[in-house]
Amino acid sequence: MLIGLFNYWIVIILMMIGLYIVIAHGNLIKKIIGLTIFQTSVFIFYISIAKVDGGTAPILADGITQYSNPLPHVLILTAIVVGIATTALGLSLVVRIKETYHSIEEEEIQQQDNEEQQSKNKAEESA
Amino acid sequence: MITHLPILQVIVPLMSAPICLLLNRAKLVWLFSLLASGLAFVISILLLQQVMISGVISYELGGWQAPWGIEYRIDKLNAFLLLIISGISTVVLVAAQTSIEKEIPKDKHTYFYVLYLLSLTGMLGIVATGDAFNVFVFLEISSLSAYALIAMGQKRQALWASYQYLIMGTIGATFILIAIGLMYQMTGTLNMQDLSHRLPEVAQTRTVFVSFAFLIVGVCLKLAMFPLHLWLPNAYAYAPSIVTAFFAATATKVAVYLLIRFTFSIFGFSFSFATIPLQTLFMALGLIGIFIASATAIYQNNVKHIFAYSSIAQIGYMIVGFSLSTAAGLTATLLHMFNHALMKGAIFLALAAVIYRIGNVELNNLRGLGRQMPLTMAAIVTGGLSLIGVPLTVGFVSKWYLLTALVEQGWWPVAVLILLGSMLAVIYVWRIVEVAYFKAPLDENIKVKEAPVSFLIPIWTLVIANIYFGIDTRLSVQVAQGAAQSLFGVSP
Repeated sequence: MLIGLFNYWIVIILMMIGLYIVIAHGNLIKKIIGLTIFQTSVFIFYISIAKVDGGTAPILADGITQYSNPLPHVLILTAIVVGIATTALGLSLVVRIKETYHSIEEEEIQQQDNEEQQSKNKAEESA
Repeated sequence: MITHLPILQVIVPLMSAPICLLLNRAKLVWLFSLLASGLAFVISILLLQQVMISGVISYELGGWQAPWGIEYRIDKLNAFLLLIISGISTVVLVAAQTSIEKEIPKDKHTYFYVLYLLSLTGMLGIVATGDAFNVFVFLEISSLSAYALIAMGQKRQALWASYQYLIMGTIGATFILIAIGLMYQMTGTLNMQDLSHRLPEVAQTRTVFVSFAFLIVGVCLKLAMFPLHLWLPNAYAYAPSIVTAFFAATATKVAVYLLIRFTFSIFGFSFSFATIPLQTLFMALGLIGIFIASATAIYQNNVKHIFAYSSIAQIGYMIVGFSLSTAAGLTATLLHMFNHALMKGAIFLALAAVIYRIGNVELNNLRGLGRQMPLTMAAIVTGGLSLIGVPLTVGFVSKWYLLTALVEQGWWPVAVLILLGSMLAVIYVWRIVEVAYFKAPLDENIKVKEAPVSFLIPIWTLVIANIYFGIDTRLSVQVAQGAAQSLFGVSP
């Protein structure tokens, strides 16, 4: 039972690791790494559900009657491309955040925003 | 030609995006995008007409038969949403060129339109498709371009807002992907129509429950339903004004559509509401959302923030209508989707005009603007009245339907709470009115003139629509009722 569901255990463990990193870490790059791990777990999930016990690659050949399901594999190719696009966009945002805030730590960025807001409020009060 | 309308709806903006790159001259690209979006709008009108007359349209991509190939399925609900999205997109685009001249560097104008059209494609695709996995793909097309569009904002906070949205949005979309995977695992199909037949057979399994849970959380993240709304205020406030106007009016509606489509059409009404206590949960969260978001809106100093929080509150009303799980409640939700798009489109476009003239929308800088930009401020006030739900505006119509739906079920306390929630809207709208009409203008704003015509035309188109559909409710109510009834399987 446990061995048979080995893939799914991996999926769940990876998923939790990924989500934990996204939530717990303040470093923007680490967050993206977490997000990628999280997405990867879903890729493995899709690939796992397509496997049919004793099935082979879905190519017509003599003497073979059982094939694995190719559709989820194709679907997940799309999702992988989407995942790469997301990672690339996320990283390029981090680059620009680094350029304007000179930091990639969530706390420092939020602190800078708060300070800006406070100085603006003060200026308005004095005006 | 007419038989290919469902796919043209999506293909036209999709193909226009790369063509924009080739044209590469700001004015030309703008005209071309406007044309593409306008064409999409015309197509959506034709589709709605066709659906109202002859019922559901099914379109098979590449001629592959439905459960195996990808099917685009347009019923009243889809057609209604397509109309809202492409209509708002077109109206907003009219003002785009003038607005982004001030807000986005010149060399990025072409990219702006490319992303805008891609985002439009994504939203139209989500609504038009009848294939569950297609939904995910289009969701990501619209989201990825949305992140990039938001990051184009003038202030550096836009980058941070975009990053936060990216993290939340991706988690939401991946949750939806997991849900679709689990559904496929249980049924072996991705076609929505087919899913709705096969899911009931396996409805009592844990896999389907898990799938439903992932789906609801994922969609609610995209929907910015309280308490998953944290990405929305900053993303709306720091994005370029045109982007805010477009997204505020359409993006969350698409997520509401997904919620309705999955719970009613795919999982089925009895599964969603009988097996799982969705009703209490959504009713409570919707009401809390209305109060907390409206109360937060009152304390904001940036007008864009005020209306961003107000959007979260308005989503609360849609959720309350949805949670009633009656045809009347759903009609109210659909009406409010349409009406909210009109109000928020008008308000955020007017704010874009204010930004064009004075550079920001801090409440204090709006002092005395009622005299200097009378038409623009009047538009914001009309939109505000509509948000409150004053009679003769669209806001009144949807609130009225929501209240009757609640009373019909005997939920008096909730109806009273909804009215109290609307009172909070009076406060934040009044703050703007007070500043704009009863304060002396700032010295540096003394020379500010009325917004240019390119703003006034789209703003007032939406304002007039706000009033027109508040008085003549035949079209919107008829379509919304038809869509709601067909979701409950009652032929109208």
